[in-house]
Amino acid sequence: MNINLIEMFEESVAKNPQKIAVIDKDRSITFSALRQQAMLLAQKIIDTVGCQNKPIAVFLDKSIECVYSDLGILYSGNFYMNLDIYTPTERIGNILKLVEPCFIISSSKQIQSIANVIPAHTNVILLDDETQAVTFDDTVILSRISKMIDTDPSCIINTSGSTGTPKGVVLNHRSFFDFTDWAIDTFKFGDDLVMGSLSPAVFDIYSFELCMIMAKSATLVVLPAHKAMFPAEILNLLEQYKVNFIFWVPTIMVNIANRNLLASFKLESLKTIWFAGEVFPTKQFNYWHHHLPHVTFANLYGPIEITLDCTYYIIDKDIPDEEPLPIGRPCRNTDIIILDSENRAVTKPNIEGELCVRGTSLAMGYYNNPEKTALAFVQNPLNKSYPELIYRTGDMVCYNEEGLIMFKGRKDNIIKHMGYRTDLGEIEHVIINTLKLVKNGCVVYNHANKEITLFYEAEQELSVPDFRKKIGQALPKYMIPAVYHHLDLLQRNTNGKIDRMYYKNMVNG
Amino acid sequence: MRGRVIEILNGIRPEFDFSEDVNFIEARMLDSLDLVNLVEKLEREFSIVIDGLDIVTDNFSSLESILNLLKKNGVK
Repeated sequence: MNINLIEMFEESVAKNPQKIAVIDKDRSITFSALRQQAMLLAQKIIDTVGCQNKPIAVFLDKSIECVYSDLGILYSGNFYMNLDIYTPTERIGNILKLVEPCFIISSSKQIQSIANVIPAHTNVILLDDETQAVTFDDTVILSRISKMIDTDPSCIINTSGSTGTPKGVVLNHRSFFDFTDWAIDTFKFGDDLVMGSLSPAVFDIYSFELCMIMAKSATLVVLPAHKAMFPAEILNLLEQYKVNFIFWVPTIMVNIANRNLLASFKLESLKTIWFAGEVFPTKQFNYWHHHLPHVTFANLYGPIEITLDCTYYIIDKDIPDEEPLPIGRPCRNTDIIILDSENRAVTKPNIEGELCVRGTSLAMGYYNNPEKTALAFVQNPLNKSYPELIYRTGDMVCYNEEGLIMFKGRKDNIIKHMGYRTDLGEIEHVIINTLKLVKNGCVVYNHANKEITLFYEAEQELSVPDFRKKIGQALPKYMIPAVYHHLDLLQRNTNGKIDRMYYKNMVNG
Repeated sequence: MRGRVIEILNGIRPEFDFSEDVNFIEARMLDSLDLVNLVEKLEREFSIVIDGLDIVTDNFSSLESILNLLKKNGVK
């Protein structure tokens, strides 16, 4: 019976100790060496402060070190929270203030940029520091873990929040087992997986890749982050390492299709391609489908608030360019309920409602944020008899004639930009309330040009470079508006609020 | 040609100075969306088609490397 993810890793190491677990540029590490490094870190954590079931932050580049840090944190009986080293310091500070991790794992080089925002009483472990543990007692470490339960958290994944501080979604071990079992069963993954990993360590995709390392002795090939800009180089690496599985966000795949790069790369080793996080335009998807007929393609869908993904669609037939790809059917052991505006279940095709999720995959909640948690994880309105939670995704969907779920749009201000979930309200909040750059404003998204656009009222027009520089100190690059419109007065509704729909329609023609 | 390229780059990322002698990629002055925009704008401005296989680090890490790529594509 599965309780803690690290138990799977122990089995994988025992079966394949000399197999390469992670390839990171010109370095690599075997399963047994990875276990060793992780155990040493766990020992250090236990020796310093024997905390258990607490969040531990990791502030490192995606690397061998990041992987064994996450594993080491699991071995220590705690849960990991990876942080993006390219996110502005202030934002990291907000996350740390909210979550109050027991430790931060970093390196002497990386720690510099956040030294000023680390809360007092946080223990810092620098991996390149000499005061590491030199021995570990795996019997003690494993015995501590054996007393844990499957609903204990395994990680926190942060996601855009409208108040300016990201929300920390808490995911537990059981939900990862559930999804991983489904994935292995459905796609028949063997012990020979070589994963071409593009996902930043802060995304849930990386957490899945970590699960496959643990469950199936999969090899993770770290594809350098900046190379995502140069798809030809990425495709070269896929061939070089004979990658057979990729789980990517569609943006780069669209780019590859538009540049006709699959004409130059056969990618014969690729067996399975998953994509999630954004709508993959069918035209560009078909390009991939036609160029790689030997590959199994699956569209996966799932908000951060449920572990990994809750629906999937394996594309096994031709879909016309004009038709959107379905998000498909629920993964096994997941229930999807589509609720209309009266909270009744939608069962007939072509009637829109909000996609809600029920089951083991649900996150435990947002860390240290009971108000937001209560708003998002609510009692199932169809169940009046006992406590049962659902997660309301805010995604509007409907069934098609075949009973497949089709994505229709968002209820609110959340967009996907370059694969990142972004709450436009968060950008507004930071510009207006935190940085006080403008008197008032409205941020909308131009889907065709992929431009985050700001309409604002201010005494004086600010220059675009000025805006970008100042906003860049509080928000990550992908959240900085590309287009700015200075107005004397913002359009308002009859109730006096800014007419967001007006600007949304204006930029989307 | 040099002036136009600098203008295009500054239009994409006005907060940076692209005329400086610096490695754009290492300095993280461009992200993947910027690069897509840059390639499209260069193609439109100079009426060329840039081969996907030429969209590599070495051709986009500095002003000089971009200018060389354009020259390779017949731009004078």
